[in-house]
Parts: sequence; structure tokens; C-alpha cells
Amino acid sequence: MLATALIVFREILEAALVVSIVMAATKGVLGRGLWVGYGLGGGILGASLVAAFAGAIAQLASGMGQELFNASVMFIAVAMLGWHSVWMGRHGREMARDLGTVGRAVSAGSRPPYALAVVVGIAVLREGSEAVLFLYGIAAGEPDQTGRMIVGGLLGLVGGVALGLAMYYGLLRISTKHLFAVTTWMIVLLAAGMAGQGAAFLVQADVLPSLGDAVWNTSRVLTDSSVLGKTLHTLVGYSAQPSVVQLLFYAATLVAIGSLTWLYGRPPRPVSADQRRFAP
Amino acid sequence: MRLLALAFCLLVISAVAAKAEDPSFSLTIKDHRFSPAEITIPANMRVRFMVKNLDPTPAEFESDDFKAEKIIPAGQEVTILLPALKPGIYEFHDEYNEALSKSRLIVK
Repeated sequence: MLATALIVFREILEAALVVSIVMAATKGVLGRGLWVGYGLGGGILGASLVAAFAGAIAQLASGMGQELFNASVMFIAVAMLGWHSVWMGRHGREMARDLGTVGRAVSAGSRPPYALAVVVGIAVLREGSEAVLFLYGIAAGEPDQTGRMIVGGLLGLVGGVALGLAMYYGLLRISTKHLFAVTTWMIVLLAAGMAGQGAAFLVQADVLPSLGDAVWNTSRVLTDSSVLGKTLHTLVGYSAQPSVVQLLFYAATLVAIGSLTWLYGRPPRPVSADQRRFAP
Repeated sequence: MRLLALAFCLLVISAVAAKAEDPSFSLTIKDHRFSPAEITIPANMRVRFMVKNLDPTPAEFESDDFKAEKIIPAGQEVTILLPALKPGIYEFHDEYNEALSKSRLIVK
């Protein structure tokens, strides 16, 4: 039962961290709870569909459907995270000009975070589908183990949600002055890690050349599948054996989103975007 | 742009060329165990694993020692492309049944 809980926990850990970062990044935005809720709901529905059609997906693209599907959702998430960062940056600059106009601040703040809702949905869909498949496997293959599956699954779920909440409230402890700077860079790192992972899936599918496997190998110290490894994998894109192309995608995303965000987010006057967003 | 298209074509051609040469190995999963539980593959080249899952439950092929992650639905056969590995002993397993499925990969 504990083994079941641990596997479910590991599968949903990444999604829990992504949701908590998104929640912290949209603090104070009106209606974000609803949009994150849509993302969660869509993600759970999607996870069940992906799990149900896992067989069909695996057979697509001469047996490489799974890798291509995973890479595709990763790159969609990267695009959404990038769009969000740049939009926030540009928006911050526009708003800085009219700082103090309370009405505009509120209407700007109430713009729903569609892009981030998609990211939440994708994170839940990808990680959730593996948890659903695993639990379904127990239910289908070992009917006498259904109790183990339900209790273990719930324990894992509670653990994942608890970790997400801890992360969220931990982030909220950061002073409001710095919170959005921190979450913006967390989102950029998240996007870079996802781009790297997307590239890794394309290498697995033989679509991209690796240009050299395992630039370094830290799997003896910290495996990708361990709880800490998965956490760092989500937060900063840790990989125990990254290929050259994976690192290239990581760096390119970091530079692209980072520079665009910085470029658009630079206020014309020394007025920070944060202050604007905290207008009442 | 044209250069980019050319590069892409070369990429696809080289990928297809590599496909034909990759040595491939057949494995099965039964009662959450891989068979053979120990397999020897050549070093420094990409290798294809054709893994057939004979169990009524899905499995997730994974390794702590090299990059590979793929779900094998119940009753299906999937192809897993392993990265080129240096000589040594590696492990792989089914993430859903790690203890039972732990297997050895010998790279020579």
C-alpha cells in the first residue's frame, strides 16, 4: 500500500508543483481560481482519456506516438509559459505609464490567466495519465487488491496535494515586493526544463539527434525518478543524463523567454510592475 | 530559411538511415518480470528494444541509469529506442512494479 502511495505521489508531484507555482504567480488576479479549476478539471479529464487510449497512442507514428504526444504537450506548455511571461512583462510596462489609475489596474488584473490554465491542464494530463494507468492496472490485474489501490492512491494524492500547498504557502511568504519577480523566473525555469524534456522525447522518438548522450551522469547521486530528482526536474529542469540537444533546448528557451520578458518587462521609469499589480 | 529546410531534410534522412541500422532486441513482460532478465547489447550505438507486455496490466519501462521512459499498454508491443551507452552494467525496470521487474542490461 505504501509502495502504491509512493508511486502515485511521484507521478503527481510534478503536476502539484506546477499548479502551486501557477497559483503563486497569479496571486491577486481576479477569477484565477476558476481558471486554474478549469485547468485542473480539463487535465483530469484529459489524463483519463490519455490513459484509456494509451494503446492507440502508442501505436501512432510507427510506434513513437507516445514520445511525439509527450513532446507536443511539452512544447505547448512551453509556448503558454513563454506567452504568459512576455505578456506579463509587456503589460507591466504599459501599466507603469498610467500607474495609479485604479480602474485600469483592476481590469488588467482581472484578465484571466488562460495561458496558465492550459499549463495546469497539461501538467495534470501528462502526469495524471500515468497515475491513472498505474491504478487501473492494479484494479484490472489484481481485483483483490482494489482496497490497496484506493487507499494507496488516496494517500499518494493527499501527499501530492500537501506538497503543492506547502510550496504555494512557502512562496507566499516571500514579500509581495519580490514575489512576482521570483515566480516569473520560476516560470521561465519551468519552461526551459519542459523544453529540454520535450527535446529528450524527440530524441527518444528518433526525430532529433541527441548530438551526444549524457553530457554528465549524476544518476548515481540523484536519479530522475526519485522524489528529490523529480522535484528538481520540475523546478529547474534537473536531468541525471541530459543529452546535448536537451541542454541546447533548455538554454535556448531560457534565453528566449528570459530576454523577451526582460525586454518587455523593463519599466520606462523606475516603477516596478509589482507595484502596479498591487494597486487596490 | 532554405538552409533550415535543407538542414531539416538532412536530419530526417540521417534519422531514417540510423533506423535501418539499429540492432534490435526482443523482450517480454510476464507476471511483471522482464524476460530475459539480463540482456547484453553492443556499446556506443543506439539499440532498439521491442518489448511485448503479456500481462493484463500496463507497464512503464524505465531506467535509473539511462534515459528511457515508455508506457507499454497491456497486451501490446512497443519499440523503445535506447541511447548509445558506454560499456558497463545498467538496470531497467517497470516503474509500476519496480522490485519484481528489476533487470540487468550489460553493455559491451
